[in-house]
Amino acid sequence: MSLLDVTHLDVRFALRKGDVKALRDVSFSLDRGERLGIVGESGAGKSVAAFTLLNLIAKPGYIAGGSICFDGQELIGRSDRSLRHIRGHRISMIFQDPMMTLNPVLSIGEQMVECLKAHRRISTHEARAISLHKLVQVQIPSPEARLDQYPHELSGGMRQRVIIAIALLLDPDIIIADEPTTALDVTIQAEIMALLLSLCEKHNVGLILITHDLGVVSQVTQRMLVMYAGRVIEDGPTREIINDPQHPYTQGLMNALPQMATPGSHLNQIPGSMPSLDNLPSGCAFHPRCHFVTRPDGQHRQACKEQVPDFVTSGNCRVACHMVADMLGYERIPAEEITQ
Amino acid sequence: MNSMSPSLSRWSRFRDSYLLYSFKRDLIAQLSLVIFILLLAAAVLAPWLAPTNPYDLAQIDLLASELPPFWIEGSDDAYLLGTDAQGRDLLSTILYGARVSLIIGFGAVALQATLGVCFGLLAGYLGGRIDAFLMRLADIQLSFSTLMVAIVVGALVKAIFGGDTFGAYAVPLLVLIIGLAEWPQYARTVRASVLAEKSKEYVDAARVMGLPSRRIMFRHILPNTLSPIFVISTVQVANAIISEAALSFLGLGMPETQPSLGSLIKSGFDYLQSGSWWITLIPGAALVVLVLVINLLGDWLRDVLNPRLYKG
Repeated sequence: MSLLDVTHLDVRFALRKGDVKALRDVSFSLDRGERLGIVGESGAGKSVAAFTLLNLIAKPGYIAGGSICFDGQELIGRSDRSLRHIRGHRISMIFQDPMMTLNPVLSIGEQMVECLKAHRRISTHEARAISLHKLVQVQIPSPEARLDQYPHELSGGMRQRVIIAIALLLDPDIIIADEPTTALDVTIQAEIMALLLSLCEKHNVGLILITHDLGVVSQVTQRMLVMYAGRVIEDGPTREIINDPQHPYTQGLMNALPQMATPGSHLNQIPGSMPSLDNLPSGCAFHPRCHFVTRPDGQHRQACKEQVPDFVTSGNCRVACHMVADMLGYERIPAEEITQ
Repeated sequence: MNSMSPSLSRWSRFRDSYLLYSFKRDLIAQLSLVIFILLLAAAVLAPWLAPTNPYDLAQIDLLASELPPFWIEGSDDAYLLGTDAQGRDLLSTILYGARVSLIIGFGAVALQATLGVCFGLLAGYLGGRIDAFLMRLADIQLSFSTLMVAIVVGALVKAIFGGDTFGAYAVPLLVLIIGLAEWPQYARTVRASVLAEKSKEYVDAARVMGLPSRRIMFRHILPNTLSPIFVISTVQVANAIISEAALSFLGLGMPETQPSLGSLIKSGFDYLQSGSWWITLIPGAALVVLVLVINLLGDWLRDVLNPRLYKG
């Protein structure tokens, strides 16, 4: 059994006009020390998935079904009090914007000591020593001085290092990184990603990396999920998906990379934009933008418009697409029967 | 920076702050602070500064009643600001009275702030039914005016326990009445700030760290909502002093034997027509100056702490 098993996770937001399905039937697993990337456009449900893992989705969101099994324990339905021992302690999280994640009125040291003391019975002195040790690990310049500094005195890159240090404070099993480098400039991005990767490898920490940067995913992760409109549409080893994407959406994402375009020509973008979650198209949510369906040769496919595609396996990957299933000559297998 | 001790760097941080910078350029704020500190010091040091002790009946000379202040003919050099109808030295009585007024003002505000901050934090952070309940409670409370509540409670206590008991516990009772009547001001402001702070990522981060809600509320959110709390506090101290004066004027505040500024004004009111105007007007002027400087300081603080006006 894996360290983290998420199966058929279903998250909804209860709005006045009805439930909005933010996550539908999301399943994945993570082994100890494994690194998983979750990729998708804005609004695909990546961050909701991350917050759901720690049972932190805010009202009106709620978990409508599925299970999150961490180290043999079911997390869904547990009280806030018992989840507190997992949050920060066994699963920690790194947020997108380092400018906003640290409390502006508390010094770095105070915030780190507080986190340690919330989970362990140790003296402030010991906690400071551990904090300092972690700051050294994230290679921050003059770590001792940082303990007494306030967030506004640090640069963005340094703050993200502090945040990584806080995430590592209690030696967690899993770190969830929600677009950890989006708010940083490109040179710092590479440094921070390399740091995160080396620390995860060194301490055998699992990493769930949420991003829309395919380059980062391909460098850092071993497996990846592609999400679209709240569903996982492709899932498999990162290398295989990057080299040979099966789902037309993933293909579109790969083709849209600037590296794939001929210099001087327009970038190959996917036409249209992601549907709003409260007004999903019938059948495959991607069909209005899918080039198989909208192709001018008139090859309209009824199945794509009417039926939500099940997963089919293609190599080591799972793909939810009628076209791929037909082209590969697979008979459709319901998602439940696929074992990893 | 590294070699400095924390207290030194805190001092240097204050020295470089926008707060001090704007204070140095604001003459009104400087004047107000000086006057406020003088009044505060005079009130605190009243037992040593005052020529007589107005609480000590042995020092009161009835024959020396209604003497005018020093610049008017017929005054006695022993009584700089004259005497009241019972022969108490007005200067001493004002010093002691300012003391009572300030104690009630600050005490009531401390009570209001404690209640209001706790309720506001709970309402804003927990939301839902607790929020609805606390805020409706605040609405109900606000729909009664402070004075009305105070008059009803004061009159009831006086009627049930008698004037003597009321006199003995007048200070804590007034603190309680004024404090309980005004907490919604704090609760509403704190709740609004908490709602704004709650959506910031550092709160999510604190929850992800597994910190308990109580800690997130008091250690993470509260310090970020302090500036509006400071600003209201100055206004509320002035309001509380005025409320106390009004209650005393109506005879429901401090008893004549241990007068506050308000009850001094009242005690002189009956003699206004007979020409002894100083018994009312001098404590009145002291009250006006005290409230005015507190309000001016509050205005300055509000300008400094308002992020929209902040250009530092």
